[in-house]
Amino acid sequence: MVSLKPEIRIGFYVCHCGHNIASMVDCADVAAYVGQLPGVVLARDYKYMCSDPGQELIQKDIAEFGLNRVVVASCSPLLHEHTFRAAVAAGGLNPFLFHMVNIREHASWVHTDRAAATAKAKVLARAAIRRAALARELPQRQIPINPGVLVVGGGIAGIHAALTLAEAGKHVWLIEREASIGGHMAKFDKTFPTLDCAACILTPKMSAVGAHPNITLWSHSDVVQVDGYVGNYTVKVRRRPRYVNEELCTGCQECIGNCIYKEPKFPDEFNEGLGKRKPIHIPFPQATPQVVLIDPQVCLNFKRGVLTDRCKKTCVEACGDRKAIDFTQKEETKEIQVGAIIVATGFKPFDVRRVPQYGYGTYPNVYTALEVERLVNASGPTAGEIVLRDGRRPSAIAIIHCVGSRDKKTNRWCSRVCCMYSMKLAHLLKEHSGAELYNFYIDIRAPGKGYEEFYDKLNEEGVHFIRGRVGEVTDWAMIPEEEGKLVIRVEDTLAGVVRRIPVDMVVLATGLEPHADAQAVRRLFNMSCGTEGFFLERHPKLAPVSTFTDGVYIAGCCQGPRDIPDTVAQAGAAAAEALALIDRGHILQEPNTAHVLADCSGCKSCLPLCPYTAIGFDEATHQAVINEALCKGCGTCVAACPSGSIGQHLFEDDEVFSEIEGLLTADPEPTPALAATP
Amino acid sequence: MNAPAQPPAAPPWTPRIVAFFCNWCTYTAADLAGVSRLKYAPNVRVIRLMCSGRVDPQFILEALRRGADGVLIGGCHPGDCHYVEGNYKMLRRFGLLQRMLADLGIPPARVRLEWISAAEGERVKAVINDMTRQLQALGPLDLPGKFADWDAEIADLAATLQTESAKEPEATHTWEPPKVLVQPQ
Repeated sequence: MVSLKPEIRIGFYVCHCGHNIASMVDCADVAAYVGQLPGVVLARDYKYMCSDPGQELIQKDIAEFGLNRVVVASCSPLLHEHTFRAAVAAGGLNPFLFHMVNIREHASWVHTDRAAATAKAKVLARAAIRRAALARELPQRQIPINPGVLVVGGGIAGIHAALTLAEAGKHVWLIEREASIGGHMAKFDKTFPTLDCAACILTPKMSAVGAHPNITLWSHSDVVQVDGYVGNYTVKVRRRPRYVNEELCTGCQECIGNCIYKEPKFPDEFNEGLGKRKPIHIPFPQATPQVVLIDPQVCLNFKRGVLTDRCKKTCVEACGDRKAIDFTQKEETKEIQVGAIIVATGFKPFDVRRVPQYGYGTYPNVYTALEVERLVNASGPTAGEIVLRDGRRPSAIAIIHCVGSRDKKTNRWCSRVCCMYSMKLAHLLKEHSGAELYNFYIDIRAPGKGYEEFYDKLNEEGVHFIRGRVGEVTDWAMIPEEEGKLVIRVEDTLAGVVRRIPVDMVVLATGLEPHADAQAVRRLFNMSCGTEGFFLERHPKLAPVSTFTDGVYIAGCCQGPRDIPDTVAQAGAAAAEALALIDRGHILQEPNTAHVLADCSGCKSCLPLCPYTAIGFDEATHQAVINEALCKGCGTCVAACPSGSIGQHLFEDDEVFSEIEGLLTADPEPTPALAATP
Repeated sequence: MNAPAQPPAAPPWTPRIVAFFCNWCTYTAADLAGVSRLKYAPNVRVIRLMCSGRVDPQFILEALRRGADGVLIGGCHPGDCHYVEGNYKMLRRFGLLQRMLADLGIPPARVRLEWISAAEGERVKAVINDMTRQLQALGPLDLPGKFADWDAEIADLAATLQTESAKEPEATHTWEPPKVLVQPQ
């Protein structure tokens, strides 16, 4: 039999990965086994294939032994495929003549029987060798990258990322759901452990965002649709009406003073409902953008959100010539083009109604931590005075840690910040009210610069720390001293006794949770979530701000609970990753696209299957045509073609069939002499 | 009957399972299982595809034909497909294929479709262990062996027919015009 094909010369390398693979897989045995397979010219085992010497070994062998295929058995291709492709390319081979076998994540790390793991490694390697023989040279296409960046979420993470990118000269669209940027940090009074005023350090950054020529800030807006791929995303943003023209409003707030409602009447979201606002309002004094908005649900000129024109419109009179108020404003959808996306959508505080034993909503003097942040704030509803909902001033305050954290009944994770912010609130409450402070904790977690010292300082200040998870908060008095008080029932696990401690005010240190719509947001950007619902990073250690979708990065608490320093660091990292991507100017596209073969019969079965409408139909040739720029390489049409007339680069039918055959051929293999090439 | 030289005792039979995992969810979950050092049965051999929508039913049949005792397909959860809806396409094909396999006498437990997200390393372990246990109980499918048996049967039958036809003269049928039963009026 005469074959016109060039001789297949495969080089095979099995990596020890230190002990990671070698401890459970006999690497030398795998190399010896693969070495006698047809087409294999050399088989080596080496300590670290991904190291520079490992890569150089491949390059040297390509030149010396005339290799035209390379197979490496090591870790997951998701981790090091690009490393070895680059090494193979540097050795002068087309990078797609390389194939990778995963014997670490899929063998050595998950099995306990060395013989079985070695046998599995051999089988996986054998399949890869068969597949590699069929590998084709493929060109790599370059796609230009749009230099714009979309940042979703205007909390401290989004603000920091947007400013970093804008400073680097990139145009940034910052989209915020609320009327003002600032996020949760804007609501905080002080920040631990330095007790910096949160507003003092945040508002300069907010103003910088508002004033930066490279930042387009769209607040009161949502991302509704994301299309495209890395470097070329098309994003649709819905701009909800605020009934005030952003360009014309100067932020003078005369309209608010002249509203037909003489007194603020409606719960103020920014103050967690503790304060009141008018229908026309600005979220908080330092809001960015400095533009008022009208709440159509309560404004007299609307009825349940529908314009009625029945108010005297004193606000419009007050606005006068500026003519900023526009009751006819409609929702708008805008489309923008960006190359990269940073998702920094933050967190939602745990809903404390899920732990009814702590009495939130039943007893008025039980507060969430975020409410207390507003209560101690000088610009808060009580101007910083600790006045309870029933008008009293507390003489004893309990702070219950781990509410909605470290609890199998609610959320299992540690929210990381609650210990520290509880101590900060304890310090502030003591400072503002002079009350006795009791912290009820499971463990004090103070891992950070200056955090443990802050804990020491609190101990010196005379704040009480009682170790134990609180059983319940009750107003049922057993002794006269408990009358009119809230009683904390807790097992003091250090003293070994059950205690009852009467207090006037209870603060629940709520944990951090993913947003209620995190799943919808995740789907919008094609990301993954962990089991708890926080967005999943590409690699927990080495790609902490990347996602599985190229060009989409995550920062801040949407990825998991973290404090402000970590959030800012992560936002900077996400901005740097985005910058590294768009500054390259182009990306190399994975050539795993589908292509129509000459024998297409024109049945059109594939046309409706493609979610990207990449398949067209050429009436002249009566055949399907695939637009490779639109094809994302899922291969659904390939599998569906009834005549097998669509192929997929890197995943051709014959390649998969040969891999199946390689996996299942009985051991031992036929002698190499049978298949030796002439 | 005693063999003169005892070959080393063959290891007890365990099933061989071929898995097709999508790159974005299930393959990543299998990587996570590895990184988390979860331990599971070594019976599954994974082929990575970009999407479960790429799984051609022929891949599954080919794997069974080549001697797999079971086939596992892993994709993203409904609504989570990296390619929007490839997993739904797989689901439809899977339903059809299961009906066909049932007609061929292959029990549904041998071909399994699972949605496993990138975060569900534990689920990879659970599914692989569960499937291995089920197939262990079902025993080998051994289609290659069955093919050989069937081929032998057919050959046997052909040989029997040949010898029988040699004994008897070939049956002949001659055409006779039908008798007219009712005379037209």
